[in-house]
Amino acid sequence: MTIDLTQVRGLFFEESFENLDIMESSLLDLEIETFDEELINNIFRAAHSIKGGAGIFQLDDIVTFAHNAETLLDEIREKKHTISQTLIDLLLGVGDILRMMLLASKDEVTYDAEKVQICQNELQRILAKPVSEEIPDDIVQTEIEVPDETEKLVVKKWHIEFKPELEILKTGNDPINLFGELQELGELEVEVNVDEIPNFVDIDPQLCYLTWELILHTSATQSDIEEIFEWVIDECELDITEFNSDSSKNIKVNTENQERTEIVENTTPEIENLPDIPAPENITEKPIIKDVANKHIQSNTDSIRVGIDKIDNLINIVGELVITQSMLDQIGENFNSSDICQLQDGLAQLERNTRELQENIMRIRMLPISFSFNRFPRLVHDLSTQLGKKVELVLSGENTELDKTVLEKMSDPLVHLVRNSLDHGIELPEQRKQASKPEVGRLHLNAFHQGGSVVIQITDDGAGFDTEKIRNKAVQKGWITSEEVITEEQLHEFIFQPGFSTSEEVSDLSGRGVGMDVVRRNIRDLGGSIEVKSTVGEGSRFTIRLPLTLAILDGQLVRVGKEIFVLPLLSIIESLRVQNSLVNSFTGAVEIYKLRDDYIPILRLYKIFELEDTITKLEQGLLVIAEGDGQKIGLFVDELLSQQQIVIKNLENNYKKVQGVSGATILGTGNVALILDVTGLIQLFKNKTKSPTHLPLGAIRYE
Amino acid sequence: MTHKILICDDSVSIRQMLVLTLSDTKYDVTESKDGMQALELAKQNVFDLIITDVNMPLLDGLSLVTKLRVLPNYRFKPILLLTTETDPQKKKQAKAAGATGWIIKPFDPDKLLVAIRKVLR
Repeated sequence: MTIDLTQVRGLFFEESFENLDIMESSLLDLEIETFDEELINNIFRAAHSIKGGAGIFQLDDIVTFAHNAETLLDEIREKKHTISQTLIDLLLGVGDILRMMLLASKDEVTYDAEKVQICQNELQRILAKPVSEEIPDDIVQTEIEVPDETEKLVVKKWHIEFKPELEILKTGNDPINLFGELQELGELEVEVNVDEIPNFVDIDPQLCYLTWELILHTSATQSDIEEIFEWVIDECELDITEFNSDSSKNIKVNTENQERTEIVENTTPEIENLPDIPAPENITEKPIIKDVANKHIQSNTDSIRVGIDKIDNLINIVGELVITQSMLDQIGENFNSSDICQLQDGLAQLERNTRELQENIMRIRMLPISFSFNRFPRLVHDLSTQLGKKVELVLSGENTELDKTVLEKMSDPLVHLVRNSLDHGIELPEQRKQASKPEVGRLHLNAFHQGGSVVIQITDDGAGFDTEKIRNKAVQKGWITSEEVITEEQLHEFIFQPGFSTSEEVSDLSGRGVGMDVVRRNIRDLGGSIEVKSTVGEGSRFTIRLPLTLAILDGQLVRVGKEIFVLPLLSIIESLRVQNSLVNSFTGAVEIYKLRDDYIPILRLYKIFELEDTITKLEQGLLVIAEGDGQKIGLFVDELLSQQQIVIKNLENNYKKVQGVSGATILGTGNVALILDVTGLIQLFKNKTKSPTHLPLGAIRYE
Repeated sequence: MTHKILICDDSVSIRQMLVLTLSDTKYDVTESKDGMQALELAKQNVFDLIITDVNMPLLDGLSLVTKLRVLPNYRFKPILLLTTETDPQKKKQAKAAGATGWIIKPFDPDKLLVAIRKVLR
């Protein structure tokens, strides 16, 4: 029987990675010299499941490695080892190796076998009981068997004496089933012995008083026959004897295990001496997995696990949608104007259904941010050990959900920010003491919903930004002159500039000069923003704002001439009529609008997109104050239209990347409208007005 | 008569593997993900065979067998343990708890069917 394992394979990897996560978080929760049985069992089970699953797919290298790890964990369960930091670190390392091996197997590539060997050696060194390098026999059992064709051909006659114990039925074993199985092997004669049955009144119906003598004509081997009795071997007397052969080859098996195995070994010399039985490939071959037949597996591995309740909700909504549809259908069939109220009701209902459907489908793509946060305890543990710092990691809002793609793309930027906080932010214990702060630094990762976006904050109570250093660096890079006075906020902006790094010597953790600019770019690409607040001596806080989803956004439609554009509602602060007296024009093309205490540059959209037939007088149009990446700009438009949810269509896929435009959408009228990207527009505006691009707009100086 | 089988394993892939193996057979398969859930299901229904993993959260396989054996419906019912252990000691433990037999993981689909045939006819 063959079954299609493709689907199971995907499940196996997904599940194994989950198991690794469980293993890791349980390891991190372990306390030194404390025996927490539940945690240790969790870890054991995780390793055990990976081993078991890997066996199905003949990932023998993983099986072997996981088996050794399991042996150690078993010893830990038996309290042969005390929980020490070394032990925890070793097991964390084991998890990493397993992850590496699993990833390699999943993608069918090779991995660094040396790393595995090093970790393997380390495991062996620590183990109380020596482990074999071999694949554990229990796992490959089914594969090693090489059918011996010569034996199959000869039909032999076997005599089997079977005397079960009285209690045999209580384990759920029924002799009749065993005989049925014997019958599968060949012709079976059954003779029952009823001598032991007591007087009728003494019979206990739950006991088995019968014994049997069986004659079996079969080409099967003795071990095939024994295998049928495998489960009852300890609960019966069993004699298996071969008839019709010369006496020396007569085999008598009895139930004592020791003797039995010896005899079996004696009877199989031919098998052992058989010349060159080709060893099954998976045992001898190096763990390089290149099975062409399995290639198609990769394509469908990008799956998402969804709670049943979410699916049930969808089904409910679809049900309602069907009802609405049939209701509208009825109205439409013989419509007269008196039905208008009903039609409106129906349409309202349809709108509600559609919205609910949309929201619920969006929810399917949503994952709790804990998927991303969960890797940080480990990272912080490793890094702080490496840096000799003491850090307490606090996670909150882990259940905040956001889009899977956003979540995945946020992973690296978050890691970078956390590394930075540990490396540059939180001080060494002595330094902290001197600054009369607690020795243990605190790193707080927090996530929450705010309006239509998700906010992630990374807060540390470290040294804060060294403004002097940043200033020097900026001067050194020629971004500002040494006399120039700029605000702290503007100084902080410099850390997001390409090529910026205050670290005097480059550590291998962070401070390689690639970093914050990439972080900001990644976040911008997701339609989000990042800002930072830092106080010297007290710490820093990075605040990341991300859209809930990448597929739909709340948009404000604006008209410029004949064109309609969409502005993400989130980026709009306010819209206003321009009072000419508040507009200041400076040399060059830049107009500045004084809004309360702010000075906001005016960007005339018709100019930047070179549109004709538009309103050109400021007082006749509208100014939409929008914010992108912490900078404000006034977008001059002809008029505001409606607000609506719009489905984002990727422009790059269908045309090419255009600066200032993040995508397009199709309006109810069927027309295409471009979605404006405020941050990109600001950049474009800076380029067009020849303002220095590396400076925040607020710092533009006018002659 | 369709035999009802309850399978119990905390690993989705092993469960899936069992379900796939048994999908084209005459057996009616119910899944459970830990010993507790299996025990509850076993109390609500009468299964003809229970196949359970050993290492599981909440209630492990051996304890499940012990708990099932005291239920009137399961005194003589076959219960098979899914195990990666070939250690004779472990098999003795399984037997002592009242298990009918064991299936070594990873199992060959054919062997699983043979194992089931040995207890369900």
